[in-house]
Amino acid sequence: MSAVTAPAAPARARVAGLRVTQGRVLVSEFTKFRSLRSAMWTLLAAVVLMTGLGALFPAVTASQYHTFSWAEKAAFDPVTTSLNGVIFAVVAFGVLGVLPVGGEYSTGMIRSSLTAVPRRLPVLWGKVAVLAGGIFSVSLAASFISFFLGQALLGSHHLGVPVTAHDALRSVIGAALYLTVAGLTGLALGALLRNTAAGIAAFAAVFFVIPLLATLLPASISDHLAPCLPSNAGGVIWGGAAHVPDALAPWTGFALLGGYAAVLIGAGAWRLRRSDA
Amino acid sequence: MAELGILLEARAMHAGRPARHHLLALAQASGVGRRRVGELIGLAGLGEVAGKRAGGFSLGMGQRLGIAAALLGDPRVVVLDEPVNGLDPEGVLWARSLLKGLAAGGRTVLVSSHLMSEMALTAARLVVIGRGRLVADTTVEEFVARAGGSAVTVRTPQAARLRELLLGPGITVTSGQSGVLQVRGLTAQRIGAAAWQARLPVFELATRHASLEKAFMQLTGDSVGFRSCAAAGAVAAR
Repeated sequence: MSAVTAPAAPARARVAGLRVTQGRVLVSEFTKFRSLRSAMWTLLAAVVLMTGLGALFPAVTASQYHTFSWAEKAAFDPVTTSLNGVIFAVVAFGVLGVLPVGGEYSTGMIRSSLTAVPRRLPVLWGKVAVLAGGIFSVSLAASFISFFLGQALLGSHHLGVPVTAHDALRSVIGAALYLTVAGLTGLALGALLRNTAAGIAAFAAVFFVIPLLATLLPASISDHLAPCLPSNAGGVIWGGAAHVPDALAPWTGFALLGGYAAVLIGAGAWRLRRSDA
Repeated sequence: MAELGILLEARAMHAGRPARHHLLALAQASGVGRRRVGELIGLAGLGEVAGKRAGGFSLGMGQRLGIAAALLGDPRVVVLDEPVNGLDPEGVLWARSLLKGLAAGGRTVLVSSHLMSEMALTAARLVVIGRGRLVADTTVEEFVARAGGSAVTVRTPQAARLRELLLGPGITVTSGQSGVLQVRGLTAQRIGAAAWQARLPVFELATRHASLEKAFMQLTGDSVGFRSCAAAGAVAAR
C-alpha cells in the first residue's frame, strides 16, 4: 500500500482488500439478472403460459370428459393434464436462459463483465446458479398453482386427485426440475453460440423440431431414438412423454437430460475460456 | 480492482440495463459497496439518469459511465482508452480535471488518445508508439522541444541589422515576411535586451510554442505509416 497524498489516502484505505470471489460474482450476476426488463417480462410470460394456458387443458377435459372413448379415458391422467402448461412454458424458460448470455455478447457487456472477473469461468457459474435458482423457485410455485388449479377444475367433474396421489408430487416437482434444466440448456446454447437469435433457434430445434422430425423416421429407428431426445427423456418426470413408446423411467430420463445440459454447459465453459470474447 | 481500473470501450454495457445496476453489478463482483456506486454516479454527473437504461445514453453519457466503472475500486493505476471521445466541452473539462485530480492524488493514470491538443493539456509524460515501435518516451515539453521547440517572433523595421546582431552558434534566424524575424535558440529577454542596447526599435516580441500536434506530425510524418499510428499520452503520478 503506497497511497501517498492526503486526499486519496482515506478513500484508498476504505476499499482495500477488494477481491473477486465466486460468491461475489453470484451476487453480481443476480443484480444483472433482475435489472433486465426483458428477463423479467420473459419470466412473467413463462408463469402466465404455464398457469393460464395450463388451466385450459383441465377445463376443456372436464367439460368434454363425457365424450371420451374408453381408450381416451384409460389414457387420462389428471396430474399430467393439469401440468400441460409446461409445454408452453419451456419456450419462455429456454429463452430466459439464452437471453442473459446472448445479450452480453450482442451488447458488448461481456467485455466489461470479463474485465471485472478476469478468470472468466466464475461469470458462467454465477449465471448458471442464478438462472437455476430463479427458474426453479418460480416454476415450482407455478407448478403447484397449476396442479391445484387444474385439480379444482377437474374436481368439479369428480376427476381431480389430491397431491398425495400416486406420482403427483414427483410430477409437480419434476415439472419445475425439467423447466430448470431446459433453461440451463438455453443458457449453455447461448454461451456456446454467443448470439441470442442463434441460441433461441438452437433451443427451439432441440426441444421442438427434432422430436417432430424423429416421428417421421421409420418406427424401427424412431422407437430407439425418440426416448433419448432431450424433451422426451426429460418429459417423463412430469408425465409429458406419454406419447413416446418405450419411454425411459422418470429419473433415468431426467438424469439423461441433465447429462445433455452438463455437456453443453461444459462446452460453453470451454469456449468462454478458450476464445476471445 | 483496487489495483487497476480500466476503460477499453465505453459502450461495453448492456443496453437494457439501468446505469446504476450496470455499475452495481460490476462493483459487486469484487465486493465494492453500494455507497461507492452512489459516489461515482455523482462524480460522473449521472445522478438524474442513473435509473434510465444505458441503451438510451448519448456517447458522452456512456463515456462518463465507462469512466465511472473504471474507478469503482478506487484503483492505484487507471488505464483509459480515448476517455474524452464523444464528450461535450463541459465533459472534456470534467474529464481533464478528474484525470489530473487522480494523478495528483497519487495514482498512475495512463491515457491513450489521438487527440494531441487534449494530451498537451492533460499529460505529464508522453509515450508515442508508431507501428508497434516506441517513438518517444518523454515529457510533453521535451517532445515539443525535440521537434523544433519554441521560436521568438520579432517585428522590427531594422530587421537586417537585428539579424546580424543576433546570429551566433546554435541560433537560427529566419524571415518569412519583411520586418518580421523568427528566432530560435534565444529567449525573448535576450533578444529584447540586445535590441535595446543597439537602440533598435522593436514593435513585437513574442514567444510562440510549437503545438504538440505539430511536434507529433513532424516526428512521425517522415514515414507515411506513422500518419495513422497511435499516440499514447500518460498522465503519470509523481
